[in-house]
Amino acid sequence: MAHTVIIGNGIAGTTAARWIRKLSDQKITMISSESKYFFSRTALMYIYMGHMRMEDTQPYEDWFWKKNRIDLVMDHVTGVDFKLKSLQLRSGNSITYDNLILALGSKSNKFGWPGQDLDGVGGLYHLQDLENMEAYSKGLKRAVICGGGLIGIEMAEMFHSRHIPVTMLVRESNYWNNVLPPEESEMVSKHILKNDIDLKLGVNLGEIKDDGTGRACAVVVKETGEEIPCGYVGLTAGVSPNIGWLKETDLEVQRGIMVNDRLETNIPNVYAIGDCAQLRTPKPGRRNIEAIWYTGRMMGETVAYGICNKGVDYDPGIWFNSAKFIDIEYQVYGDMPAHHDEHTTSLFWMHEDSEKSVRINYDTASGTIKGFNLFGIRYRHEVCEKWIRDQAHIEEVLQNLGMANFDPEFYKQYEQDIVKLYNMQTGKNLKLKQRRGLNRVLSFLTQ
Amino acid sequence: MKIIQNLGLLMFILALLIFTAMLGIGSHKLTEENIPGKTEMHKLAILKAAKEEGLLDKELGNIQFISSFSKVLKKAQERQIKEYIPEDMGEWDVKIGDWELSGYTNAAVKSSAQGPIQKNPWLWFGLTFGLAILGGLLFIFPKFSEHPGIKHNGIYHDSLTRGLKLNIRSLFLGGTILAMLVFGFFKYQNLFWPLITLVTIALIYYLVFYRENSRDNNPQRSASPIHTGWLGVIAGVYLIAFYVLLYWFPAYINNWITMVNPISKSLSGGEASNWFLYGLMYTVIVIVMGIRMLSKYQHNNYQKIRTFSVMFFQTAFAFLIPEILVRMNQPWFDFKNMWPLDYDFFYSYNIDNLISGGHLGTFMLVWGILLFVIGVPLFTYFFGKRWYCSWVCGCGGLAETMGDPYRQLSDKSLRAWKYERYIIHGVLVFSIVMTAMVLYSYFSNASQILIFNVENVKAWYGFLIGSAFAGVVGTGFYPLMGNRVWCRFGCPLAAYLGLVQRFKSKFRITINGGQCISCGNCSTYCEMGIDVRSYAQRGQNIVRSSCVGCGVCAAVCPRGVLRLENGSDDGASRTEELRTIHIAEGEIGILG
Repeated sequence: MAHTVIIGNGIAGTTAARWIRKLSDQKITMISSESKYFFSRTALMYIYMGHMRMEDTQPYEDWFWKKNRIDLVMDHVTGVDFKLKSLQLRSGNSITYDNLILALGSKSNKFGWPGQDLDGVGGLYHLQDLENMEAYSKGLKRAVICGGGLIGIEMAEMFHSRHIPVTMLVRESNYWNNVLPPEESEMVSKHILKNDIDLKLGVNLGEIKDDGTGRACAVVVKETGEEIPCGYVGLTAGVSPNIGWLKETDLEVQRGIMVNDRLETNIPNVYAIGDCAQLRTPKPGRRNIEAIWYTGRMMGETVAYGICNKGVDYDPGIWFNSAKFIDIEYQVYGDMPAHHDEHTTSLFWMHEDSEKSVRINYDTASGTIKGFNLFGIRYRHEVCEKWIRDQAHIEEVLQNLGMANFDPEFYKQYEQDIVKLYNMQTGKNLKLKQRRGLNRVLSFLTQ
Repeated sequence: MKIIQNLGLLMFILALLIFTAMLGIGSHKLTEENIPGKTEMHKLAILKAAKEEGLLDKELGNIQFISSFSKVLKKAQERQIKEYIPEDMGEWDVKIGDWELSGYTNAAVKSSAQGPIQKNPWLWFGLTFGLAILGGLLFIFPKFSEHPGIKHNGIYHDSLTRGLKLNIRSLFLGGTILAMLVFGFFKYQNLFWPLITLVTIALIYYLVFYRENSRDNNPQRSASPIHTGWLGVIAGVYLIAFYVLLYWFPAYINNWITMVNPISKSLSGGEASNWFLYGLMYTVIVIVMGIRMLSKYQHNNYQKIRTFSVMFFQTAFAFLIPEILVRMNQPWFDFKNMWPLDYDFFYSYNIDNLISGGHLGTFMLVWGILLFVIGVPLFTYFFGKRWYCSWVCGCGGLAETMGDPYRQLSDKSLRAWKYERYIIHGVLVFSIVMTAMVLYSYFSNASQILIFNVENVKAWYGFLIGSAFAGVVGTGFYPLMGNRVWCRFGCPLAAYLGLVQRFKSKFRITINGGQCISCGNCSTYCEMGIDVRSYAQRGQNIVRSSCVGCGVCAAVCPRGVLRLENGSDDGASRTEELRTIHIAEGEIGILG
């Protein structure tokens, strides 16, 4: 019986284990030094905020692993011998494998800032990062977060939830405007400020000061030289593949572990998935490393098929993602760059409260729909995806836009306003034919 | 703002302290004028016994008085054994029956009471209800100025809302069940029914643990592994004590009842009873905590409208209309309550009462039957059981308002689900069998069916399910096991609605494609203990008989993954995976 060992029990590793079990009777072992049981990394913030307990972030009950014969080993892999197919563990034990899946995840970026390794400095990725934040939170007068992006705003929200003053240093001229179009970026920036978070834009971290005991006590802003006293410094300038310990091996790595479309590395029977995998040939318009939940999950499923001799190519489909910026939910479907090219027209509608918006991009010449950016309004994944895949025309989409609405019942629907805006901008006279509702959606999706 | 809130909190605590201390205020003095008794012979017997016992014209505190008066009643009964019964009188005109004892105690306590509360009930009403309402509103109103959004910060840091360790919770639950059975034994002097109950509990335990193989399942999701919130424990104990007094020892809370007497008189014209006190408190709590719910979900129209609905149905249908009906000499009737939750609907006294109530009474009888025969299947088909459980029902109303701070304490483990299915359907069967017996005996006048005495079955159902389960455990355990303990494990109506919802309804919770990040907010805040995430993360719509459609899972989801919907197709196709995450294939089953 083949033995598949998975290093890492995040969403990618866990999904792989579950699908291998579904497809085969192999022996499966998952190794992690972070936590015995799989938990939702994206939910770490809610533990700190008191919304949930650690157990609540674990998607499966403890008995699940035994029942599905997935062996969990809590240990740290210190070395690998690809020839002998053997792993060395910190405990001194070793494990041999037939198939090895590397689902190593990421680590927080550090760009060589002076003081970046002091006590009271940390990112937000691992469970241990959370414990670190917790340890420094008592009596904390101020936290400074260096870096915008999704983790930065999560960390800001976390401290904010405990009434700890927060300063955010963001390199960009507006929050996350390298990903979000200017209007949305500004909307989120305003929302951050409204929540009394001290958002400093267009600045970089210069230095983290030592209080003399090896603990961070202040941050110096590079551009202004301003010194901000603080008891905790969050480093949230992105993440990179957690592959340091593999660099001296035969495994081919660049920024991440190089994999082909089947997620195979250069060494037979060794696979890499999730944040740590770097695709040799990413799909057009996609990055070669996509450190997000959803791609990790898809890769886990894909690799399971490969290991169970039903190999399929990795195909992440049409891009989608979601996030929440304090109280503003964000969903994106399709290709929605921060700055669209000259062939694209962008229909952008914003609610007067400046906390809801819908952006629909389409090809100027053909009218083909390209994608959706949603803020404070929920849209249906399947419907948006089908429109994009079928290259639906913008006017067809607009007339049926209500179908996409996924907000709870009794929420106001704004699709009429969006159609009106389109009519105003183009001189057309479209009418909204579909309002929110499931029946039409079901027949649309199955047609 | 913080100061105003703290002031409100202080006022509320003060009101609660006064409310509790009130029970020890004032005294009782039995005199020749206030001796209770339905007949002159009864009065005379009690008077004589009271004189012999030296209770007459003696001033005593509440607890002492009740115990002394019980002795007096016993003595009166003993004396009557030798009494000669005049020919023009029936036996019970002279003798005091056992069933009359508690009524006489209550009457004596009420008529003999004297003290500040009897002199000035409004003042005390103001110091308790008034102060608590004012304090509560002062605490709640500043929340309306906060940014709209999810307000769950610090719930698991708060000693009132973080829940219990599993072993302490089990101890509480086991202890309460056992205490109820022992109490039931003494109350009814009957060993048969407590034993049957015990055997049933053991059977369910056996089925869940051994037949369903969950003995090895360490249920880490049922309660906190490390912390016990002691404020929550105190709140739970207080609620349990309140229910025990309310249901079975109303004589001890006479001061509370006296305090609301003027309100009862102005509404129905009658004297307040413990049930009036309860109804008033219930309504006030649903309104005040409903306002809290409105402040919490300013951004969510579904939650706002739903909360208005439960506030309205409690105030109008459960409280005001029945009282006004009584004022108009009509039967007390709650038009939104229905069998089998309203388990005494088919009791002979209720049927007779309604039939003798003229056209309106007959209408009430027909209405009550139509509601569960036609209303339940029809509305549940279109909207799911939420139309009742989280929009109309009084128990649901309390759970969604007063219980909202505790919703995260529901047990999400698979083991709890297994318990749930056995217990709630067991109660449904019990209620149907009990009602069938009652109806059979109503039409045939038989008081014994097989080995069962119908009166005893009724009494035990009322005690065990109607009071102990629905009240003591159902509400007393809010801070210990979440706000829907009764609705999830015990309510026979919920079981019935759930069966319709599961097998013939348009309702489901739709999952938004592949957007789930398995964070667990939906499961954590599901008051019915449904592991919503287990469906959401595999893109499967949710059709569960227990779902009351409160909509909180959809509200707390940070990625907009869940939506409560009614759609035209129904049955098995509702739960098909519309879109698998990557490659279509079945899922590892979690049941079985």
